[in-house]
Amino acid sequence: MKRVQDFKLKSYRRLNRENYILTLQGDYLEKDMHPGNFAEIQVPGLPEVFLRRPISILDFDPAKKTISFYIKAIGKGTRQLGRLAEGDTVNIVYPLGNSFSVPRKGKVLIVGGGSGIAPFVLLGRALQQQGVETTFLIGGRTRNDIFLTEEFSRYGTVLVTTEDGSRGEKGLVTGHSLFAGSMNFDRIYTCGPDPMMKAVARLAGQRGIDCEASLENLMACGIGACLCCVTPSPGGNRVVCTEGPVFNTKVLGW
Amino acid sequence: MVDLKIQLGGLQMKNPVGAASGTFGFGSEFEDFFDPGRLGAIFVKGITLKNREGNDYPRMAETASGMLNAVGLQNKGVDYFIETIFPAIKHYDTEIIPNVNGSTVDDYIEVTEKLNEVKGIHAIELNISCPNVKEGGMAFGVSCPSAVAVTEAVRKAWDKTLIVKLSPNVTDITEIARGVEGAGADAVSLVNTFLGMAIDARTRRPKLSTVTGGLSGPAIKPIALRMVWQVYHAVKIPVSGMGGIMNAEDAIEFMLAGATTVQIGTANFIDPQVSVKVIDGIKAYCREHGFDRVSDLVGAMEG
Ligand SMILES: Cc1cc2nc3c(=O)[nH]c(=O)nc-3n(C[C@H](O)[C@H](O)[C@H](O)COP(=O)(O)OP(=O)(O)OC[C@H]3O[C@@H](n4cnc5c(N)ncnc54)[C@H](O)[C@@H]3O)c2cc1C
Ligand SMILES: Cc1cc2nc3c(=O)[nH]c(=O)nc-3n(C[C@H](O)[C@H](O)[C@H](O)COP(=O)(O)O)c2cc1C
Ligand code: FES
Repeated sequence: MKRVQDFKLKSYRRLNRENYILTLQGDYLEKDMHPGNFAEIQVPGLPEVFLRRPISILDFDPAKKTISFYIKAIGKGTRQLGRLAEGDTVNIVYPLGNSFSVPRKGKVLIVGGGSGIAPFVLLGRALQQQGVETTFLIGGRTRNDIFLTEEFSRYGTVLVTTEDGSRGEKGLVTGHSLFAGSMNFDRIYTCGPDPMMKAVARLAGQRGIDCEASLENLMACGIGACLCCVTPSPGGNRVVCTEGPVFNTKVLGW
Repeated sequence: MVDLKIQLGGLQMKNPVGAASGTFGFGSEFEDFFDPGRLGAIFVKGITLKNREGNDYPRMAETASGMLNAVGLQNKGVDYFIETIFPAIKHYDTEIIPNVNGSTVDDYIEVTEKLNEVKGIHAIELNISCPNVKEGGMAFGVSCPSAVAVTEAVRKAWDKTLIVKLSPNVTDITEIARGVEGAGADAVSLVNTFLGMAIDARTRRPKLSTVTGGLSGPAIKPIALRMVWQVYHAVKIPVSGMGGIMNAEDAIEFMLAGATTVQIGTANFIDPQVSVKVIDGIKAYCREHGFDRVSDLVGAMEG
């Protein structure tokens, strides 16, 4: 069930100046959360930030009643969320949206970039629990833009591309040598900038591989009430916060 | 005991707090947060004769203490509402009030005629103030003759309470309010959104696909409040007031200015439980200030 709830800021883990993991603790934690779900976080203490910010659920711990988020500070809200103090109250609406489908067996590829890597910790864990063989392919501009690879390596093989070649293969994720190979994956999951996801979806389509993408559209309500977050599809506009954020890319006509 | 019941034209509401059209979906979106049946009314999202996809993304831009939207009346059409949506929400213990839209007067009439046949709908809100559609919408609401014409036409097709939703994008809102009163409206609701725009200086592009959109939220509250007060003094029919209400105190200000009922819009996006807090807050205010009936607040501004 969706809830609106106050949490206390428990801790930050700073990954670098612009990237951090925010952990909140509550008196209660909803347990029915799935890979791909997100929360609408109210940004405290900054009147210029009026609307909540949608952020994927990175991880949660039912025993400690904690929930965490990986945040890339790209603007006023995401920067402010990194400037709070321990014990500050943070109000969130959660869990929102649909989730990635988790097959019972097989072999999958996860392609992520930017803030789009956040949902893949929960997804990687769920896939591992099902005995699915998972490869993570993470892209960034430089090695300083690559995060969470340690977490991902617990759940599968991790490959990296950087545009400057400072880590992993040089180039974009879609240029990785993996795509030149046999590509015997049953499914590809992707989340990140739209052009990256569309390119991944195209490559998947050409090889007849099922592809699920998680969209990061601008949102106001996050619960299907305002219809601000829509994405076009051959069947009409889709409401990203409720019908998504995860879509089979065929549904989107990508 | 505070009596929260209130009369909006012929419509009896159990409390004065409604959810504003386009900000509350059809109510079911909020079921996890509270029982929508606690509201005085749900003004459901704008309905048109035929399916509408609305405007292209991006349709929303955050602004100082508010937001611009350019949703453009995305909905599946009146038949879908009557056959699929209304049966699923009519059990809520509240008034479900469809928000009626059209590109032409005939559209408005046709949608209204269909709704007039539906048992359990006791009022409609005639939206002549949507700033986000190319044809119709606000065009009807910004000139007095066309506002009167569409109200008269719909009046003939509708037997129950007729609420006309006014646009604030006019020189003199009282003129339009008097016009629709004369044309048979039982109540007016105001305000719809203010026409505005936003530009991304970095990309030098408009933030909305439509360039312009409708401004809502606390940024518009002082202007909305002023308009409600002016209209309250200009017409005899009741006013349903809205524009930037974020809490009970805001709602009470609207009632003191002359609103018989209030509607909560954009605030639903910030706190999905805000409406029940407003209902409880109004009740507490009445108790504290010695008002036995919430209706005694209407127009009770001193001085
Ligand atoms: C379902 C979902 C899950 C998300 N998960 C995460 C996550 O786990 N971690 C994370 O860091 N981010 C995530 N995001 C993105 C995050 O919501 C935005 O980065 C955030 O809202 C930006 O807020 P801000 O106040 O910092 O930026 P603002 O100051 O509002 O904007 C800064 C600049 O970025 C642009 N911008 C802001 N948001 C978007 C957007 N959604 N699309 C395109 N341009 C945009 C603005 O137009 C502006 O130019 C997610 C988004 C969605 C929809
Ligand atoms: C996303 C969004 C969609 C809206 N859709 C409609 C609509 O379909 N019909 C209508 O009459 N008003 C619509 N409105 C206007 C609101 O009902 C209300 O008049 C306006 O937002 C001012 O109130 P507020 O400041 O409390 O939001 C919409 C507003 C928003 C923000
Ligand atoms: S953000 Fe409001 S409907 Fe998706």
